[in-house]
Amino acid sequence: MDMQVAKKKLGLKERYAVMTRGLDWKPSYQKMEDIYPYMAYEGIKIHDWDKWEDPFRLTMDAYWKYQAEKERKLYAIIDAFNQNNGHLNVTDARYLNTVKLFISGISPLEYVAHRGFSHVGRQFPGPGPRVACLMQALDEIRHAQTQVHSISNYNKYYNGMHDFHHAHDRVWFLSVPKSFFDDAITAGPFEFMVSIGFSFEYVLTNLLFVPFVSGAAYNGDMGTMTFGFSAQSDEARHMTLGLEVIKFILQQDPANVPIVQRWIDKWTWRGYRVLTLVAMMMDYMLPKRTMSWKEAWEVYFEENGGALFKDLARYGIKMPDCAAQIALEKDHLSHQAWSTFYNYAAASNFHTWMPDEEEMAWLSSKYPNSYDKYYRPRMEFWREEAAKGNRFYNKTLPMLCQTCQIPMIFTEPGDPTKICYREVDYKGDKYHFCSDHCKKIFEDEPEKYVQAWLPVHQIYQGNCFPEGTDPTVEGFDPLAAVLKYYNLEFGRDNLDFDISEDKKNFAEWRGQATKNV
Amino acid sequence: MQIDLRTVSIKPLRHTFDNIARRIGADKPASRYQEGTLDMQQEVNFHYRPTWDPDHLIYDRARTAVKMADWYSFKDPRQFYYGAYTLARAKQQDTAEANFDFVENRGLAATLPEEIRDTVLKMLIPLRHVAWGSNMNNAGICAYGYGTAFTQPCIYQSMDQLGIAQYITRVALLLGDVDVLDTAKTAWMEDDAWQGLRRYVEDTMVIKDPFELFVAQNVALDGLLYPLVYETIIDDVLSSKGGTPVAMLTQFMTDWYAEVRKWTDATMKTAAAESPENKEILGRWTTAWRDRAAAALVPVARIALAERTDELTAEVVQQFNARMAKAGVPV
Repeated sequence: MDMQVAKKKLGLKERYAVMTRGLDWKPSYQKMEDIYPYMAYEGIKIHDWDKWEDPFRLTMDAYWKYQAEKERKLYAIIDAFNQNNGHLNVTDARYLNTVKLFISGISPLEYVAHRGFSHVGRQFPGPGPRVACLMQALDEIRHAQTQVHSISNYNKYYNGMHDFHHAHDRVWFLSVPKSFFDDAITAGPFEFMVSIGFSFEYVLTNLLFVPFVSGAAYNGDMGTMTFGFSAQSDEARHMTLGLEVIKFILQQDPANVPIVQRWIDKWTWRGYRVLTLVAMMMDYMLPKRTMSWKEAWEVYFEENGGALFKDLARYGIKMPDCAAQIALEKDHLSHQAWSTFYNYAAASNFHTWMPDEEEMAWLSSKYPNSYDKYYRPRMEFWREEAAKGNRFYNKTLPMLCQTCQIPMIFTEPGDPTKICYREVDYKGDKYHFCSDHCKKIFEDEPEKYVQAWLPVHQIYQGNCFPEGTDPTVEGFDPLAAVLKYYNLEFGRDNLDFDISEDKKNFAEWRGQATKNV
Repeated sequence: MQIDLRTVSIKPLRHTFDNIARRIGADKPASRYQEGTLDMQQEVNFHYRPTWDPDHLIYDRARTAVKMADWYSFKDPRQFYYGAYTLARAKQQDTAEANFDFVENRGLAATLPEEIRDTVLKMLIPLRHVAWGSNMNNAGICAYGYGTAFTQPCIYQSMDQLGIAQYITRVALLLGDVDVLDTAKTAWMEDDAWQGLRRYVEDTMVIKDPFELFVAQNVALDGLLYPLVYETIIDDVLSSKGGTPVAMLTQFMTDWYAEVRKWTDATMKTAAAESPENKEILGRWTTAWRDRAAAALVPVARIALAERTDELTAEVVQQFNARMAKAGVPV
């Protein structure tokens, strides 16, 4: 009779290792550099991929089980929300504009993240990071889709989101988030991981994803809140991956440190500029505020981020220089941004408005050093003019920053009365920048940033009109032609909230749902 | 009898997103597969070219020789979006878990005839490396392919293959110890029987055209490997010799492939029907990779089939050819 030899019991870590790394082998029929062609050109040196510490250990069977359980719950709630006209439970119809900003500005980025992580998950020669990245690639398509599915119901009742994919590729301000992710996915695999995995998912996620989801929770938007909460455990995994990546790269070779530092500097600033949209959302667009932009920055970046960079100091990484300028801007950012969107409400896919008296008082209390002095008078003036029937719509096109693509609206650090302009001459052309940091990013990689598809330039070049448009005919209305190209309907998707169909319908429907008329 | 529950009904302004309405021809309620798939990938006005591939746009139709007027002509017959996908896999995972429990709790691994156990260790376990290669290749198709309708199923396929590599690993750990994995890896790296297949897998890892990679991996290799190994060898030949517990442990793979081929065949059919040029290219790729895959699989199949190898492999190739003919791909 055979003796049954007791099997060696594998620990969790060993078991996970045989389930992932054990699958890999060193190829001999093809060369490593042909199988992984993008590993060298960024200058990052990795000596030993086996030093990678798996940030989480999830085999596919467990993954399917957990995720399916979450999907079951999520879709049950979405269905109930839809059936019950959940959209009528939001605080007031202005809130819907946050949803429009999210679906057209953020959800398409989740998709790019999905493709970007597929790319790096294919390219890293180390099996550990590859599996972790591919799992994130799978999560990211989840996020893109659950967002579309949740927001689909809003689209049935409200304007501005009906063609959000089309808008994301075209509408002027949406080039800000789009160019950010295009920048990341066109960078090398290591820079992609630092930009999205670390800077975006780890350092800035509490300032991007979290404000939208908390805003939804505060404003009765169960649909958005539910997908946000459902994504939480995925996000936790993504954050640990982002942190592990950075530590791994830094530990592999001292020569990696300055490269990574430059990327962190760049992506913190790039990310922060995209957060301009979040700042104005928090301070102006949420009928019920969760916290001010300034408070959020102080808690999530200055305190939490400060602790993180202290922790990274042992690898030779320091707090990005741009943090000093961001601190100077935190009293101004959201006000300058909202003023701009108020100006350009004719060319946007969401409505804007002026805060009411009570909201202005809230802004004064949250921004004691800036609001009353610099922004309240301007906003009161616009409000008065609107009351007289002169609602101001800016019909000219703004100059854009070549790097972040935001109109040149920001003021000099330390002087909120003077617009900040920087410029660079490159190969006979002049390029404009909103800040020293955007200028420096350009100077580091001019060949990349000269390619930028700047919406205003494109309009002036005649590239943003429907095919067959003749801009030379008499009475040509450029705004009408651009809106057609955006597939936005004048008077429904754009202009002031006060005269919007959304406002009217919401009031009528809520009445229908709560009163006996 | 039916009861009439009343809800406040509000007439919607529209039933779906404009891009979906344009594609399905009218503003009518769309499925979650449609809303989660159609036009999800950015189409125009990209800002920068990839520094890792400056000859192409971020997403570029020109990465493949296959030409489609509309890359959203592809439809996954399974209608998999993430939610539907994970629910389907979780259900299969429940079955797989129950099967593993059944085999483990009743000590069935120990009752396997020595010859069967030996065959499984020699033939099945090194296939975890093949699945790992597919995990990587499908990540590549997803990353460099065009259009979500074509690329989305590939990330699912990629992770499925990782799952399969992990199931095979579990089979190994159930039948033996960790050293079983080492032995299988050594065979994969060194034994003559495996070198054709390993060369095939490594060669697919440098294919640049995502559609050709799709053909080489998902159509040709898997199109022969799964029917041969899981249906013919494990479910028929080994089961008839007392190897049924093994068939239980690999049920996931058998069921999985029966499902997946619907998608690969539909994809081939749509692409081939698009134009005579596509048909020609797909025919050429399929024939070339099929011949290589079949040749690479023969020595592996011989581990289990001995003198019946040529006959049964030829049968599998014939079935494969019939499938391709049905999909309109000349082979």
